Amino acid sequence: MIPQAFDYSAPQSLEEALGLLASGDRKILAGGMSLIPMMKLRLAAPAEVVDLGRIAGLDGITEAGGFVHIGAMATHHTVETSPAVRASCPLLAETASHIGDVQVRNMGTLGGSIAHADPAADYPAALLALEAEIRVVSAHSDRTVNAADFFLDAFTTALEPGEIVLEVRLPVEQSSEGYGYEKVAHPASGFAVVGVAVRITREHGRIIMARIGVTGMGPHAFRARAAERLLEEGAAPERAAAVVGEGEEANSDLYASADYRRHLARIHARRALAVALSRAS
Amino acid sequence: MKRKISLRINGKPYTDEVEPRLLLIHYLREVAGLTGPHIGCETSICGACTVMLQGRAVKSCTMFAVQADGREIVTIEGLAANGALDPVQQAFWNEHGLQCGFCTPGMIMATKQLLQDNPSPTDLEIRHGLEGNLCRCTGYQHIVNAVKAAAGKAGA
Amino acid sequence: MATTISKPETLFGKRIRRQEDPRLITGTAVYLDDIKMPGMHHACIVRSPHAAAKIRAIDTAAAAGRPGVVAVFTAKDTGHLGAVPCAASLPGLRVPRHDLLARDRVYYVGHPVAVVVATDRYLARDAAEMVEVDYEPLPAVADPEKALAEGAPAVHPEWPGNVAFTFHQEGGNIEQAFSEAEVVVKQRITSQRLIPTALETRGVVADWRPGENSVTLFSSTQIPHLMRTLVAGILGMPENRLRVVTPEVGGGFGSKLNVYAEEALMAFISMRIQKPVKWVESRRENFTCTIHGRGHVDYFELAARRDGVMLGLKLKLIQDLGAYHQLLTPAIPTLSVLMMPGLYKFQNVSADIVGVFTNCVPTDAYRGAGRPEATHGIERMVDILAAELAMDPVEIRLKNFVGNDEFPYTTPTGLSYDSGNYAAPLRKALEQVDYPALRREQAQAREEGRLMGIGVSTYGEICAIGPSPSMPAGGWESATVKIEPTGKVTVLTGASPHGQGEETTFAQVVADELGVPMDDVLVVHGDTSVVQYGIGTFGSRGTAVGGAALFYALQDLKAKVKKFGAMLLDAPAVILSGGSCVDERTGKSVSFAEVAAAAYHAKRLPPATEPGLVSTHFWEPPNFTFPFGAHVVVSEVDRETGDIRIRRYVAVDDCGKIINPLLVDGQVHGGVAQGLGQALWEQAVYDENGQLITGELTDYALPKAHLMPWIESSHTETPSPVNPLGVKGVGEAGTIGCSPAVVNSVVDALSPLGVRHLDMPLTPEKIWKAIQGGQA
Repeated sequence: MIPQAFDYSAPQSLEEALGLLASGDRKILAGGMSLIPMMKLRLAAPAEVVDLGRIAGLDGITEAGGFVHIGAMATHHTVETSPAVRASCPLLAETASHIGDVQVRNMGTLGGSIAHADPAADYPAALLALEAEIRVVSAHSDRTVNAADFFLDAFTTALEPGEIVLEVRLPVEQSSEGYGYEKVAHPASGFAVVGVAVRITREHGRIIMARIGVTGMGPHAFRARAAERLLEEGAAPERAAAVVGEGEEANSDLYASADYRRHLARIHARRALAVALSRAS
Repeated sequence: MKRKISLRINGKPYTDEVEPRLLLIHYLREVAGLTGPHIGCETSICGACTVMLQGRAVKSCTMFAVQADGREIVTIEGLAANGALDPVQQAFWNEHGLQCGFCTPGMIMATKQLLQDNPSPTDLEIRHGLEGNLCRCTGYQHIVNAVKAAAGKAGA
Repeated sequence: MATTISKPETLFGKRIRRQEDPRLITGTAVYLDDIKMPGMHHACIVRSPHAAAKIRAIDTAAAAGRPGVVAVFTAKDTGHLGAVPCAASLPGLRVPRHDLLARDRVYYVGHPVAVVVATDRYLARDAAEMVEVDYEPLPAVADPEKALAEGAPAVHPEWPGNVAFTFHQEGGNIEQAFSEAEVVVKQRITSQRLIPTALETRGVVADWRPGENSVTLFSSTQIPHLMRTLVAGILGMPENRLRVVTPEVGGGFGSKLNVYAEEALMAFISMRIQKPVKWVESRRENFTCTIHGRGHVDYFELAARRDGVMLGLKLKLIQDLGAYHQLLTPAIPTLSVLMMPGLYKFQNVSADIVGVFTNCVPTDAYRGAGRPEATHGIERMVDILAAELAMDPVEIRLKNFVGNDEFPYTTPTGLSYDSGNYAAPLRKALEQVDYPALRREQAQAREEGRLMGIGVSTYGEICAIGPSPSMPAGGWESATVKIEPTGKVTVLTGASPHGQGEETTFAQVVADELGVPMDDVLVVHGDTSVVQYGIGTFGSRGTAVGGAALFYALQDLKAKVKKFGAMLLDAPAVILSGGSCVDERTGKSVSFAEVAAAAYHAKRLPPATEPGLVSTHFWEPPNFTFPFGAHVVVSEVDRETGDIRIRRYVAVDDCGKIINPLLVDGQVHGGVAQGLGQALWEQAVYDENGQLITGELTDYALPKAHLMPWIESSHTETPSPVNPLGVKGVGEAGTIGCSPAVVNSVVDALSPLGVRHLDMPLTPEKIWKAIQGGQA
């Protein structure tokens, strides 16, 4: 219940923060929803914590140039309720509403969640389906990583030492698109045993675009590209859903074995597709 | 190294020197002398420590006190005004929404948040709105009744 | 003196909100961790990370040198103190010495090894990390059946084989029953280990007062008086120099019906450092070091005739005891044996218990304590028999119930059921759900390929625990009622409630008996220096035993009040009515306050009467009480995922007379939630090395609001003849009735696939696999 002692700084500007993060054993504190419990259990014991909570302007949500830009420090609650996100990226808003509980959503942040890369986190599924771009910066770099290249392994991302997530950019969903997020929540933790986020576009009754992001099933979230392709080739959703997770490693724990997780991913892919199809115009 | 923080709790100003690692719940209980927010776990699941930070419900065990510097906090102790119970407190009493009472302060604060976001929730919305708060005594049914009763009252 | 006589409305049976709530809903109640004292220190316990290991050496120097640290203690310091007590006794029981701190060996993960004391809880926690313990890990065994296997590691080296005791009980003629049987069904049924998870963890504050040569021990416990006696014993101090105070207790469910190492340890530390000391358990400690419940592997065999009449039941019960005996550990499975016939009138039983040591935290009483396991067993077996005979599970129950004219009914396990009408709650529940219509709907659902289940459990339980001969340290309860000089009433109850609401129900009883307003009644409990000796709250006994003690104390007091009233009114006799003594001849009356003043001012005294208005009654119950009821669960299983949806939950409980229906419903709801927790989600799982892998609330799934179904709770009322209130007890009923109803319902849903039995918890994957494979 009691973390180890650490040095603390709360930079007032991004430059200051990036300067601090350029060296040393420093851990970023965003919403703290993953970091603080780990510190309390002493599974994490950083020498210094850099709190990004005092930097103005890191939590903004704007829409420009066909993209919604969401600041890394935007809370899940903000994402869930933002009119811009709800209008332009409803899949992300819906996914945010499934995270943890209201208290967690009030504190937890988009950037913190994706940088932590918990294999059972909700956001990665949606970011993959939305083909999000993640802007990461350090004291001497500023680059953009596609969501598909960002989640590398359990708790491992494409972030280099000294880099932080600055914002997430999402292409505005067409209003004709259908979307859906179907999740099996662990009864204790609320994390995704499996979560499947889906976007589709239909034309003349045919699916011409399908994106499927899967979280919880494996060590990291992934795109179910084979299933997407089948859908775009005209396969029935059941047939496409049946190949979700093929070739992907699956996690196994007390609550759900690898086989069951893979099975759930397929069932929930089919269900998410059905929801998405019902919403597509 | 200790840091100075200043914040308002239930409308009153507090200024203290605290270690950065001091959890907000420990600050509230050990430094500010409150007894309402409780500690029921260390993994941010149980919700017994729920308080309002800047008007939104948070788990004060999953925050450092330094993060609350300059902020406004309301705990269960801050709800009753001039001795008159808040409608949510009243509803929990009337509907027998508590037994051992340990989860109750957090449950009531979560209810405040729930009704603030959704003044007329359905049963299912109430149950989902309280996902972050565990009660081991009531089976939640009388809590759901209490939230419904409070929702029916203006100002809740 | 007034002359009006008003007939007061009785409060017995009314839905009345609780007296205890104002402090709880405002956050001003004082729980253990809210206690602060000048100079108070904080203790942090160093615990074994191994399930089995030798301790080669402990180096405390680094920890002792940390800032704020005033002392570090190990078994070298506490070795002269007594052991953690086990109050249960069974013939041939092996009782390992349970030291406060491990000496040279640890037996489970979480075993206390050292304790660090510092000025601040953060500093104590930091220093605890610096205690260096040199362990030699040893093979461990965490599964009771594996512990019994040839060549298993010995939990206690002196007892290879890991058997702590065996226990046999039989009644009737079991051999004859089985030889006459036309059908025998057999099933292995487990009741998995559960973690009680009171939302407030345990905690202790000890305050040594050298000038008084006394220790005040604040502990979040269900049994303050027993704790005082037992902790004084461990410390070797006079019992009257130890005061135990229970502050507000944040739930117990049996987990605080115990005396743990920490109580004596903190008292010892306070004496050594000459300062008050506080220890509050973390949730992980609560999961790894506070008792677990259940932990059964049961092998049942049920003999019957083809017409469905049951003849006899055999049980082989393997009880996972854990590494030590806590207060009642070995006694818990014997309660299962007592209750194994359930509500049925077969007279032949045979049970064999094997109590097994494992490298796990001890099991002990958790809500229901042995009765949920027994009820789950018999209620599953009845359904398995019904399936075997292709009979309706309702019909087979009705055929075998003890009849209404058979009470008091003697069971083959030696109990005397006090009263009952077992068909009544079942019929009421079935009517409520329209059982025939449900079965038609189910037939239709099955044609559509849907998996719909209807499950029934008709449970009985043993409550009002209990007559003293059945208990290790007394089964009575006490009450003192004081009418203060101003007429206000103070009740001191030896039962120590912690959420059940006796401050309210007892005030209702007092208000009815004395005719005073409820608000004039204060119910005090949980302080051994204020309250006369009592036993505590557990085993659904608070109202059924403690309330009865209160009732009799009130009768004694009323007699004395009437003497004073008669004296003041110059009447030969008076009656009590509306808070006054009334002379029925004249209609003249004196108020309670007037009587109280007269009794304390004592200007005049009735003949042979002492001043004051105080009465204490210790009540020994002549029998247990036996509540019963029927729970019906309608479920639907998602064929694809194995998810279970509880469509309806109907509970009809008969707990005798009901004092406050609002509180009784609360008890039923909470009980059902814990039963449903066992049925669907909760399980304490140790891996092969004895590590608890469900060690936090992120892994151990407690029922949450959105997971719980609506519970349709109602009652039948069959008064108990055992106590004057006619009450039976309700704290555990929901838990006991629930789990078999749920499992019966889900097995019923899956029965078209050939599934005959499933063990708890019914996790979606388990159901999915059963659907894949048919017979699970």
